[in-house]
Amino acid sequence: MPLIKRLPKQLFFLLIVKPVVYLLLGLNIYNKQRLPSHGPAILAANHNSHLDTLVLMALYPLGELHRVRPVAAADYFLRNRFTTWLSLNLIGIIPLDRQGQVDKEQVFEQCQQALADGQILLLFPEGSRGEAEELQPLRKGIYHLARSHAGTQVVPIAMHGLGRALPKGGSMIVPFNADVAIGEALSAEQECAPFMEQLQASLESLLAACITRRDARWED
Amino acid sequence: MDIGLPFMLDLTPNTLCAMLVVVAMLVIASVTQLLLRSRLSDDGYLELKQRINSWWVMVGVVFTALMIGPTASLIFFTILSFIALREFFSILPVRVTDRRLILALYLAVPLQYYWVGMGWYGMFIVFIPVYLFLLIPFGLLMLGETKGFIRAVGSYQWATMTTVFAISHVAYLLMLPAEENPAGGGVGLVIYLVFLTQFNDVAQYIWGKKFGNRKIVPAISPNKTWAGFLGGVATTTLFGALLAPWLTPLPWWLGLGAGLLIGLAGFIGDLTVSAVKRDLRIKDTSQLIPGHGGILDRIDSLMYTAPLFFHFLVYTTY
Repeated sequence: MPLIKRLPKQLFFLLIVKPVVYLLLGLNIYNKQRLPSHGPAILAANHNSHLDTLVLMALYPLGELHRVRPVAAADYFLRNRFTTWLSLNLIGIIPLDRQGQVDKEQVFEQCQQALADGQILLLFPEGSRGEAEELQPLRKGIYHLARSHAGTQVVPIAMHGLGRALPKGGSMIVPFNADVAIGEALSAEQECAPFMEQLQASLESLLAACITRRDARWED
Repeated sequence: MDIGLPFMLDLTPNTLCAMLVVVAMLVIASVTQLLLRSRLSDDGYLELKQRINSWWVMVGVVFTALMIGPTASLIFFTILSFIALREFFSILPVRVTDRRLILALYLAVPLQYYWVGMGWYGMFIVFIPVYLFLLIPFGLLMLGETKGFIRAVGSYQWATMTTVFAISHVAYLLMLPAEENPAGGGVGLVIYLVFLTQFNDVAQYIWGKKFGNRKIVPAISPNKTWAGFLGGVATTTLFGALLAPWLTPLPWWLGLGAGLLIGLAGFIGDLTVSAVKRDLRIKDTSQLIPGHGGILDRIDSLMYTAPLFFHFLVYTTY
């Protein structure tokens, strides 16, 4: 991508996203060194808040940002001209059509192309933001995508606490610390069922290690 | 008694000397750590190195803020309270309905330090313990959720009292009339309090490691022993007396009292945050300071020593 096209994205992250993430929120980051700096790779994260995508992208240095491509719901992010421009140019999403009005193959192709270009896809295998920070059942699309390009590593990432900072339907960000726990990369060179089980188990154990975890409740 | 440099107007020679002593202690710690390298396991060495490196960063940040001047120091303590309050809210099981009140409570941080900055002692002392104490339950009931109401009221009040009210006492030391303390000035008072508080932690740890066997409250903190507690408090009391004439307006015998107070309060603060973490089943309050855990893990004793030392000082001297 030419430098001039990267500039708005870098400025957006430098001036807005990084200050919000690092000054307003507090992040407990576990195993940052496991974050892949180049593709083909898929970041498989659990989903609780609109902040999830921005926080994960904010972990990357400005110079590497152009390689990170969130796969995000078209019906939401492309709902009007402003959000479309913001999503495509400043965040760089690959739009995913959840209602199936657009050819599924086309989305798949864009993702595949990104992997072939050595980019890093950011995917939420739960499908959508879950309720009350609970892990939803994972969808298998991620497995087929990872298999479609040889050598793709899938990095499980568990996040916790961002649902309090900006919950579904919330409009204001309240400062809270959040956990971002990065797991060991998985390979999709295996059957689908064991792969999905590994991914699920990894996300669950990463979630359990979070300081702001949900079972930090008072004993009754 | 300023030393003539425009950007260090608040530092007396004694204060500057105390800062150099602290830096010298860190140099000794770093050298010792290098010498110990062969005798420690890889993990043990890495943790020690991380802890000492973090000490360098913490001392560097605090000293820089204190040296630049009162405004920079106030901003530093405002940020410290903000991060500590956020950390407290983040480990508490807060109710989702309370988000609006929590957002409003963050406003208490700049307001409290604004009272400090303008030297409005009367407001500084009643804003959180009186006004917020009464307003937090009202704000919560306006949100309309009664389940868990009492716990929410209690825990938010406690979070604001410890992280904002208590810590702002450190900053108010800088506002006390400097002419009353020609030896150390405001910065001298801050260094006396913060140094003795951290020194007390270390002293209790070392006495406990060397001689401790009878545990005080094994269910809360298995590392706290009677030998550690008594030895630590005795050492801190002694150092309190030695340092007082050098950095504060207190004569040595009142320094004994200040040291004793810091030793006892530091112990209680440390244990109290341990009890909070036990209740929530977490080990550290965050991952902000490598080797130390979170801000609350580091300032737990200061939350108790700061108000007690401040009022001891004001009652006896100002």
